[in-house]
Amino acid sequence: MALIPPPGAPLERAPRTDDTIDRDLRDLVESQEEEAFAKRLLLTTVDRALAWARSSSIWPATFGLACCAIEMMHTATPRYDLARFGAEVFRASPRQADLLIVSGRVSMKMAPVLRRIYDQMMEPKWVISMGACASTGGVFNNYAILQGVDKIVPVDVYVPGCPPRPESLIEGILVLQRVIGSKGLPTSTDLMREDDMPLPEQAPERAEALRALGPGRRPAPAGVVPAGLPGDMAPTGAR
Amino acid sequence: MSEYRNLLDAACPGAVVDEWEGAGGELTIEVDRDRIVEVARFLKGEPCAFRLLSDLTCVDVIGGDGRGNRFRLAYQLFSLETGDRLRLRVWADAEAPEVASVTPVWRTADWHEREVWDMFGVRFSGHPDLSRILMPFDWEGHPLRRDYPIGGEDVQFSDAV
Amino acid sequence: MGTELGAGLTPVGEAREVLEAARREGRELAETERVVAQVEAGTAVEALRRTREMEERNAEGVPGAREPMIINLGPQHPSTHGVLRLITELDGEVVRDIHPVIGYLHTGIEKQCENKTFWQTITLVPRMDYLSPFFNLHAYNMSVEKLLGLEAPSRAHWLRVMLSELNRITSHLVWLGTSGLELGAITVFFYTYRERDRALDLFEMISGERMNHRYFQVGGCSDDMPEGFEAMVRRFVQEMPGRIDEYEGLLSANPIWIERTRGVGVLPADDLIDLGVTGPALRAAGVDLDLRKAAPYSGYEHFDFNVPLGTRGDAYDRYSVRLREMRESVRIVEQCLDGMPEGPHIADDRKVVLPPREELATSMEALIHHFKLVTEGFRVPPGEAYSAVESPRGEIGCYVVADGGPKPVRVHMRDPSFVNLQALRPMAKNAYLADLIVMIGSLDNVMGGVDR
Repeated sequence: MALIPPPGAPLERAPRTDDTIDRDLRDLVESQEEEAFAKRLLLTTVDRALAWARSSSIWPATFGLACCAIEMMHTATPRYDLARFGAEVFRASPRQADLLIVSGRVSMKMAPVLRRIYDQMMEPKWVISMGACASTGGVFNNYAILQGVDKIVPVDVYVPGCPPRPESLIEGILVLQRVIGSKGLPTSTDLMREDDMPLPEQAPERAEALRALGPGRRPAPAGVVPAGLPGDMAPTGAR
Repeated sequence: MSEYRNLLDAACPGAVVDEWEGAGGELTIEVDRDRIVEVARFLKGEPCAFRLLSDLTCVDVIGGDGRGNRFRLAYQLFSLETGDRLRLRVWADAEAPEVASVTPVWRTADWHEREVWDMFGVRFSGHPDLSRILMPFDWEGHPLRRDYPIGGEDVQFSDAV
Repeated sequence: MGTELGAGLTPVGEAREVLEAARREGRELAETERVVAQVEAGTAVEALRRTREMEERNAEGVPGAREPMIINLGPQHPSTHGVLRLITELDGEVVRDIHPVIGYLHTGIEKQCENKTFWQTITLVPRMDYLSPFFNLHAYNMSVEKLLGLEAPSRAHWLRVMLSELNRITSHLVWLGTSGLELGAITVFFYTYRERDRALDLFEMISGERMNHRYFQVGGCSDDMPEGFEAMVRRFVQEMPGRIDEYEGLLSANPIWIERTRGVGVLPADDLIDLGVTGPALRAAGVDLDLRKAAPYSGYEHFDFNVPLGTRGDAYDRYSVRLREMRESVRIVEQCLDGMPEGPHIADDRKVVLPPREELATSMEALIHHFKLVTEGFRVPPGEAYSAVESPRGEIGCYVVADGGPKPVRVHMRDPSFVNLQALRPMAKNAYLADLIVMIGSLDNVMGGVDR
């Protein structure tokens, strides 16, 4: 479980390899980029009020996929009660929701549906990747499961666990609220545009490129796979 | 020779290839591929009354049975009156595997056979709607075959399965 | 090709996939594929054009011109109990036909099990039907034990029974809560999850996890009951009947609930058996099939409990059967505590079962066993086995094929949700759309089990 360090405390974590994905919003907040943001955004009192209002009333969309969805349901129930943090109702229609909690494993068949739901949500919108399967593919490193939902939607907060306890999910939502409300940060789609991540319009070309690799093959993260590993997944019969 | 084998030999002569009792006392009867519907119809009716087809699945056996067959179908039958279980085994070809569908006998075979088609590529003749059920519609290949790769992503630690 | 796509129309999404696959393989479309192609083969402009044409045809009084409206229900939908997609042919509010499209949660667990040792597979198996994890574990472990010829000690059997029945209660609580939620009875949702949290505390106490446990092992259970566990279970068991009374008080005599569920989703019992339906959906139709009584396993023959049956087979009877099952499960748990036999909680076979941790410090042999079991895994003699348990949804069966190696050749889960969902189509013909939602709820399907 992640611990929220006190303001000013040094963050110790493993070096990140992929800048586009492994962006830590807390680093962003406490680095010089904050000044750049401050120059771009007019952080007037109105903006701050808007940020506070947005963070205090995030309504999630019902996007329960698998086991994590059950724990997400528990978060809404009396013992853990997400409503006291502002998530009063889970909206079924993505048009009325602010937050997409991807709770559960995303299969290859479901991935386009997830993207479509994300596209239908109105700005400002955020994404929490709940659980190991949504964050990285979890226990299931195989042909059927998308290895990390951040391949198709930009993720703001990752909540690890299999499934994460309701308290973990609440903490993820609180982290998101702190980040949204405290600095009036732009939404993940804005960040995505700045960093040249593929936009929804480019999705068909990317899908074609992935398809061309053939079944069961996915591109390795750039510059990460060293030589000499048993990289080709041998067919099960040969193991 | 079990009672079921005797009844089958009387009603569908020549359909039974072999029978044996396996782990846990489970009875398995291997049936000729072309006679499966006939055998199924007999077993569903009196006196055996295997009215419930619990499961219909397939195993891709490396090396097959030595006669050019590769896919081994297993039909799990259950009798409500006696609580008995029976397993039928049918072999399907390595090239162009095809078996007659038992949906006319047990309607529940519908989705089971679709799953076997999707995962193994075994066709079922006479099936009302043989389309992919678990994989996306334009998926190439049949994932549960032994020569289909597990897929997924390469990871940086050893012994990753 | 058999589809009417209209002039100059670009198929999108899954319609494109379906047509692409058919073109590539040079074949006609199957029934489900044809329906999928029809659903997504339109833009809003095209739909408007077809509606206008249809209106003109209707105005001219052309017989048979009124074609059903095909809409999509899911896969993201608050009331389909997960990622189920139903392509519904609607004639006004009346459902003429539905075409379930599943596979949106297909995880390839069965393929992944072939890459893991038998011991590692235990962690994958409960994630299939994630609301009844203990039942998945039970079926898998029973199959492997059959293949090994390994007998679990009686204390292990009783622990398994106790946790299975607690799991039955938690699964029915989820079903009751979400069914109520879908029909607007939101209070039930909060009440049932309050109890479920108490039961999940018990699971956490004994296995370390609230969900997706790996508590049942090949040969028994991984741990014995900890201190204070029995007292907590007794407290739970004492309070539960009163809580079930609360749920009944909210729903059983509620005129809205009765109106919505009476007479909804009825199929004759013979049809249900032919469709392979098992569990409360079948028992509500009056068929007395409960594997705990018909083919007892794991010591169930020693317990005194009733199997509730229904009469009509409608959604109200299924609700009533499940509520009474919860009460029976409470009784079984109490009997488990009262009669728990002494003894080990797992079998003693060192070739299969990990040695106790204390021994690792003193016995070389234990260390070697532990090493071999964890790195290579135990070998299972060639054979196949099918074991079935009575889960909250019906018959969960696990078919395991072994070839003498440390990894299974095939692990297949016969999942009741997968089979029961086939009954939805005949049930839904000529029913109202609102009743369709009730039917899906009454079948209690878990998409993790459907898609595996």
